[in-house]
Parts: sequence; structure tokens; C-alpha cells
Amino acid sequence: MGVEFIYPEFEVIRNTNRCITCRVCERQCANEVHIYDDENKVMLADESKCVNCQRCVSLCPTRALKIVKSDCRLRENANWTDGTIKEIYKQANSGGVLLSSMGNPNSFPVYWDKILINASQVTNPSIDPLREPMETKVFLGKKPSFIERDKKGNLKNNLTPQIELSMPVMFSAMSYGSISYNAHKSLAMAAENLGICYNTGEGGLHEDFYVYGKNTIVQVASGRFGVHEKYLNAGCAIEIKMGQGAKPGIGGHLPGTKIVGDVSRTRMIPEGTDAISPAPHHDIYSIEDLRQLVYSLKEATNYKKPIIVKVAAVHNIAAIASGIARSGADIIAIDGFRGGTGAAPTRIRDNVGIPIELALAACDKRLRDEGIRNNVSLVIGGSIRSSSDVVKAVALGADACYVATAALLALGCHLCRTCQTGKCNWGIATQNPELVKRLNPEIGSKRLINLMTAWKHEIKELMGGMGINSIETLRGNRLMLRGIGINEKELEILGISHAGE
Amino acid sequence: MLKEGQIRIPSGCAISAVISKEGKRMSGEKIIESMKPMHDRSNGLGGGFAAYGIYPEYRQQYALHVFCNDKICKDECEKFLKESFEVVKSEYIPTRKIPEITDEPIIRRYFVSPLSSVLSSMQLDEKEYVVRIVTKINTEMKGVYVFSCGKNMGAFKAVGFPEDVGRFYKLEEYEGYCWTAHGRYPTNTPGWWGGAHPFALLDYTIVHNGEISSYDANRRFIEMFGYKCNLQTDTEVITYIADYLLRRQGLTLNETASVIAAPFWKTISNKPRAEREKLTYLRTVFSSLLVTGPFSIILGFEGGLMALNDRLKLRSMVVGEYEDKVYIASEEAAIRAMEPLAQNIYSPAGGEAVIIKVKDGDINGR
Amino acid sequence: MKRIYVNEEWCLGCHLCEYNCAYANSGIKDMVKALKGAEINPKIHIEESGKITYAVSCRHCEDPICVKSCISGALSKKDGIVCIDKNKCIGCFTCILVCPYGAIRPSDEHAVQKCELCINNSVEMPACVKGCPNKAIVYEER
Repeated sequence: MGVEFIYPEFEVIRNTNRCITCRVCERQCANEVHIYDDENKVMLADESKCVNCQRCVSLCPTRALKIVKSDCRLRENANWTDGTIKEIYKQANSGGVLLSSMGNPNSFPVYWDKILINASQVTNPSIDPLREPMETKVFLGKKPSFIERDKKGNLKNNLTPQIELSMPVMFSAMSYGSISYNAHKSLAMAAENLGICYNTGEGGLHEDFYVYGKNTIVQVASGRFGVHEKYLNAGCAIEIKMGQGAKPGIGGHLPGTKIVGDVSRTRMIPEGTDAISPAPHHDIYSIEDLRQLVYSLKEATNYKKPIIVKVAAVHNIAAIASGIARSGADIIAIDGFRGGTGAAPTRIRDNVGIPIELALAACDKRLRDEGIRNNVSLVIGGSIRSSSDVVKAVALGADACYVATAALLALGCHLCRTCQTGKCNWGIATQNPELVKRLNPEIGSKRLINLMTAWKHEIKELMGGMGINSIETLRGNRLMLRGIGINEKELEILGISHAGE
Repeated sequence: MLKEGQIRIPSGCAISAVISKEGKRMSGEKIIESMKPMHDRSNGLGGGFAAYGIYPEYRQQYALHVFCNDKICKDECEKFLKESFEVVKSEYIPTRKIPEITDEPIIRRYFVSPLSSVLSSMQLDEKEYVVRIVTKINTEMKGVYVFSCGKNMGAFKAVGFPEDVGRFYKLEEYEGYCWTAHGRYPTNTPGWWGGAHPFALLDYTIVHNGEISSYDANRRFIEMFGYKCNLQTDTEVITYIADYLLRRQGLTLNETASVIAAPFWKTISNKPRAEREKLTYLRTVFSSLLVTGPFSIILGFEGGLMALNDRLKLRSMVVGEYEDKVYIASEEAAIRAMEPLAQNIYSPAGGEAVIIKVKDGDINGR
Repeated sequence: MKRIYVNEEWCLGCHLCEYNCAYANSGIKDMVKALKGAEINPKIHIEESGKITYAVSCRHCEDPICVKSCISGALSKKDGIVCIDKNKCIGCFTCILVCPYGAIRPSDEHAVQKCELCINNSVEMPACVKGCPNKAIVYEER
């Protein structure tokens, strides 16, 4: 206490008139906020431990609980905000780098919210998706520049391997270790049911999930955890992770406390050792090295799997994308600066990288200007929050979107942003078996399927309104977008006109 | 107001076409007649025709039809043409002064051949060379617009109702084995001659009725291959798509139709294996060239034409026959105006390509 | 016949089923009013041993030993459900002794009580099943 004391961020408000002391809050809080006072038969709370994950609020059968922001505030100062000052206190206390989880929460522009979508009126008809076919299927991968014919004149299938998706959305990389077995299982089951893909992340693939291979993208990151021949061949595609939107330029660190049991086995590292992914791939210091890894992986998989290269959206992303498109990669995945993470240094998460909307628009344009857009498919992620974000992304030029935070929310995540503690009360970002079991994949997968089915309906409605009945004619169709309240330069980069133009 | 090329202008329209399977040449009179009953489908802001087989005496040369704003533009254009081609003949396109058509630009016609020395030094085939030169003129030369550049064929267009445009260009004096026509109902053009249809590139011409919803997706894709969508019209982009698929990729007409108006995935999945694989391949490889939204188009080319509706059939289009002739139009009335006895009148299904080819060797008329 | 099944793998030991059971069988509309300050006496119980938790309620056995042992005819099987007629129950507790699952317990009304699948108080699904946050308790045909 004393100079080190920081007043708790949240207050637990318990309506004692409604509380029936069933103690479910106590049993469900891994942070041990709630305590039962046997003597007085009442519930007590230690608010300093509360992370506002809302588990107790959600499970309280009488709605007797709420968590509110504490109003104990330092004197107001627009420059030295409460958060800024408390971060200084924390660092003065600990001497350490601040850590955070999930995506950048700061108030940078969200360009999705500054873009509006078109609809048909009079001059051409809108299409009713309930009455007419409305197609959302996409194929990801390189498209050949020229057709070839056999001796009889029939078209030869000279397509390189593709990923087929029933809708332009995939679950993005989250490693086994950073999230739980049950979270992975939920994603895998949902992806299979939906006809889309999920991504193993960099922690390898649990042997139980090889059966979902057709809907699995296996990732190869700088730590090469869990990478072996069978793994590379297990999925429908391989993703080389060069960077992550939440922490461009740095690697990953999964603490030894999470490297237990199956996680250790799947990652192929001893139990209890920290899993540290280096910042760069130490065999890739330049673009020509990337090309070698791309082809090494193709060789290892007999040219049967498309290769994705995932990069964080950074300042010269268009040039980087152009380089990747010429590296032999089939798909480029770009992760915007608002993308999530299980843990990242706060300063990096909040200050490095650029918005995905601008990165996407710049890359799509650059690849078209160079005439190589067909060499690759573009997948983008980094805070795709809704079906309208997907529609806007596709119209800007994306072939498909990666979603992770939205998927976690469907699984129960309440964005308390404390994944790094490993005490996820929703059974997602934890390896504690008591907590992991809280996520029943039967429920989790169903909720993911519900979410994506709902998005698919909405995508179809939006497409129908524009008179578009197939997602491929929405891709790059920027005339369907208008900007609102953004400046000339932003419009120019996005390649769209302002509303009213 | 902004004209075509400065802003995207959607428009509704009337289309019609006639072709002789025997390659017999007909004057332009009938096709002009066909546009009269569809008068209300246009609004006087554009009309035009394409005629095939009309220049048999110059069939070896590319016939460039050019609008020039003034004499300076014309001189500049002619200077550039002389640098790029051997100009075999240079003349005004004959027109008739009528009160319905006014403000005409200078309308020129040049029969040209690419210089073989230039071709070999640039390692280009003849057609690609012509396309590049025409694209360069239309993109870079102010006040000059090449609106037709094929061999033994020509497009004729103007601001006005199509039947007046036909009289203006004295089309009754031309004889071709195939004619297509277009009446335009644009929603916001000040009326620019170059913006009228048909749109032509080499021997490909397109007349189109509709407003496609895929425009910008198609445009941004096709522009990767050197095309410049200067007019920002549907017709222009569809013409480039046809040129790209037919000439540069070497697809057949039917294959081209299954790219532009691709069958639904469900329809594809019910086809026999070979067909299914072919259609899946085409849809996957050329996914950005699928055209959605309402359209009926007639693609004219040397020796034939292809009519195609969007896959939902959101625009009217009927086909009829009489003797060696096939008639296609937005309305049956237009067909009847050309041939009252036309038979076998039917509406092709959405995405069903109607392909008519002149008997081999007959395209220069008898 | 549909029965209540409990999947230990997903039981979190949150005890919500007990409270939902007690509330459903209280006949009171408001949960707070029904359970505030009350010692609950539910018909489903969480058995706990270390980290293992498991909800137990009547299994509605094919050949229920409790029915056989009931000396007053208060327990009977109707449509597959083992039911208790509280008016007939004399409180001898023989059934409690013979039930191998401990699914029958004394009630406050001088009779025994047991799970009757909420047939008398809910329309579609037993309250414990409906309220289970992790689908550890399911009501299904097997």
C-alpha cells in the first residue's frame, strides 16, 4: 500500500435485496473476487481482483450483480489522463514492460464506420435473397494468367490448389496454448459445419483435431512450434506467419505455466518451458528468403497446399504485399493494427501499425497497378466486427476476411483484456482444466455457427440491395462504397468517392 | 455537367440486331425501322449502329471512325495516325443534314494498316497494336475519339434518337451481312457523341441494355490488362471483357458466355462431371469477369453475333427467325418491324448464349 | 423415453441446478422471493469430490427398486416417470434407504421428495436442464 496503491478499476455492485447467496459468483470467479461470509450469511467482494469479465454477472440467477467502473478518479487532466498516470504508477512499481491483451482499444479512426454501402433504386433492380439465388462462395489462391488446352481442345485444369469457402470469412490464427483445447475444438467444429476454415495459430495441431483437416489452416511461425511433416500436410493450406497486427515487429511469448500436458506435446517442447517465438524468422531476413520458405513448404507438401503469408499492416504494406505476391505465395493475409492478441506489450499494441482499411485499399490497388492481383488472394483481418465490415472489406478488394475477436465473443469472451493472466473465466484463454471445461464445444460451435449464419444472411441482404447476386462481383467493386466525413487524402487512399458524389 | 469518362453514367436502352446466316448483305434500312417501335426506350441522348461487311473493298485495312472536336484536333490526330499506320484512305464519313441531329463534331474515317516494321520492333501482333494505338488516342489525345476500329465493319453513332442517327449517317447506302442497333436512355449525360453506343473495339461491338452492378469489380480487373475504361459505361467494360476472353485468352463464345453470365454454383453442381469441372474452372479463374445486374447484350464480331442475358434474365430480349435471317431485339415489335413474318420467336433464358455464325467464307457477301 | 442425463465432463459444480430446481418447485413466481434467506431443499444435488462434480437426480429406473419397496403405494411409475403421491406417503423412508443413487430425500411436508422431471411445473424442459450454463445436464432420448 502507500505509494504503490492503485485504486481498483471496477466496483462490484451487489443488490443484497436480490442476492440469494447461492454462491455461484464465488464458485465461478477464478480471480477470487467473491467471498462468502459464513458468519453473517452474506456475500463479500474484493474488488481489487476484479477484471470485469462479467462471468459472475452472467451467471447470477437473480441479476443481483453488476460491475461498474470505479468513480474514484484522479484530478481530471486532458493531457495526463487517468490511464496514463496509472500506467506510470504501475511501471514505477514494477520496472517492467506493460502487457495487454486483445486489440488496440484507443480511439483511432475506424474507417469501416466512415464508409457507406450503396443500394439499387429504379435504374436497376435490387435482388431478394429469399427468392433468388445469392452466392457467397469464394476460392482463395493464385489464378492462372492463361488458359491451356489439351490436344482435343478441351480446357486443361491448370489451377494451383485453392481453398474453397462457403462465405468470405475464416477464423484467424489463435494458437493452442494461447487458447484452450475446447476453444480450438469449437472453432474446428464450426468451421467444418460452415464450410469455412479455422487456423491453428503457431502452436501446432492437437492430434484430436486432424480430423478437421479439410477446414484447417496450419500455421508456421518463427518459433516453428509443432511443425512436422504430418502437420504441414494435415490442413487445407499452410500459413507462414511473418507478423501480427497487434504486435508488428515482435515475436510471441507463451509463459511456461501454460506449456502443460497436451500443449507441451503439441508444441513439441518440454513442459514448463517458455515458448518464445523470435521477432523475425531467423531464416527470413529478406524477400528472397521468404520465397525459399514458401517453396520449401510447397516441396514438403508436394505442391498440394496453397501457401498463405500473413503480415502485419505496417507503413509500406503495399510494397511488401507486392513482394509477397511475387514470392510464390498463393494468398496474402494482412492483419491490421486493431487485431487481437493473447498478450502484447501495451506500447506496441497501441502505437505500431496502420488501420487495415487503408492497408487493404493500398495493397489491392498496388497489386492491380502492377497487374499481379491475380497472383494472390487477399485475406484481411484486424477487427472485422460485423457482416457490414465484411461487405465493405470485400468491396475494397479483399477476397475474404479473418475474424478472431468476433469469434471469441461468440464463445463467451467479454473482452476484459486480461488473457495474459491465464485465468480466463470463460474457458477460452486458459489452460487450467477447471476453467477450460467451462467452454463446452457443443455450445461454442453452435454459437459460432449461429453468428456466421447470421452474417451470411446479412451479407446476402446487403448484396441483394446492391443488385449483386454473387460475391465475386462485389470484390473490388469500390463504386459500391462512399466515404463519410473523411478527408480527400483518406478518400484517395481508400479509392472511393465521398457520399453525395 | 460531367460527360462520359468523367463520371459513371448508368442507362437503360433498346437493342436490336439482324444477321444473315448465308452472309447476304442488307442495307441499313430495316434495322433503322426496327428502332422506331422502341422509340420510348430511348430518350434522344444517344443512338447508334454497327454494321459488318460494309467495306469489302478495304477489307484488309482497319477502318477507324473518329470524332474530332475541331480542325486542330483533327490535324493532330492525322499526324499521329500517319506515324503509327500506313493510311490507305482518309475521308469524311458522309452525313445528311437533318434538324433532329445537331452539334456534330468532325466525323472522319481512315482505312489504315499497321506498319510491319513497327510491329516487329514492338513484338506485337497486329490486333494488339491497333488496340494499343486506339487506347492511346482515346486516353491521351484531347478532343479526339476513335469509336470504331475493326476490319470491314463500322460503328455509327450520335446524340439523338436511333432512327434519326441512322438517317443522319445515310445507313441505307451501306450493305452489311449483320447489323446491330442501340437506342440509349442514359440517366445523367449532357449528351456526348462518343458516349453513344455501340461500343467497339477491333471487330467486337457491343450493344447493351441494362445497368450492371458488377461494373467497378469488372473495370478494376480488366484494367490490369492494359484496357482503360475511359467512358465509365457498362458497354465499354463488357466489350473489353469480350475482347480479353475471346481474343487474348482464346476462349470460345460459349466459354465466354459461361464466364460473363456464369451459371449458379448449384446449377454447376448438377451438371455431368466434365461439364461441371469446366464450368467450375472458368468461374474460378475468371471470377472477376462475372457480370451481375440486369443486362441484355448483343456482341457483334467478324462473321457472327452472340446475344446474352444476365443469369437472372432481368432484361427483356427476344429472338426470331425468317429464312436465312435471325433477328434479336429488346421487344418482339422491333423484330416484326424488320420482318413481319418472323417465326420461332422465343425469349432465351438468363445466361443462355444465342450464337449465330455466318456460313464459312460468306462474310464478304455474295 | 426422454431422461435427464448428466455429463460430468461439462459439470462446473456451480450448483445453479439446485437453485433452479428449488425455485421451480417452490410455486413462487419470483426467484428472489422464493429463495431469499431460505435453506433450499432441491431434488437434484451436486456430488463433489475434489475437482470432480456431478449432478444427481432420479434416473427413473426401468425397474425402480423404490417403487417395489414402497409400503404405502405412494411411489408409482406413470408414463416412465417415477412419481410420488404425497398424500399416500407415510414417511417411512424405505425408499430413501434402497435408492442406490441417493436421489430420494425427505421433504418438509412429512413425505419424501424426488425429481419428477418438472412435469407439474414447467412446460418443455426440466428447470435444472434449462438453467445449466454448460449443457452438462441434458434432457434427451438415448
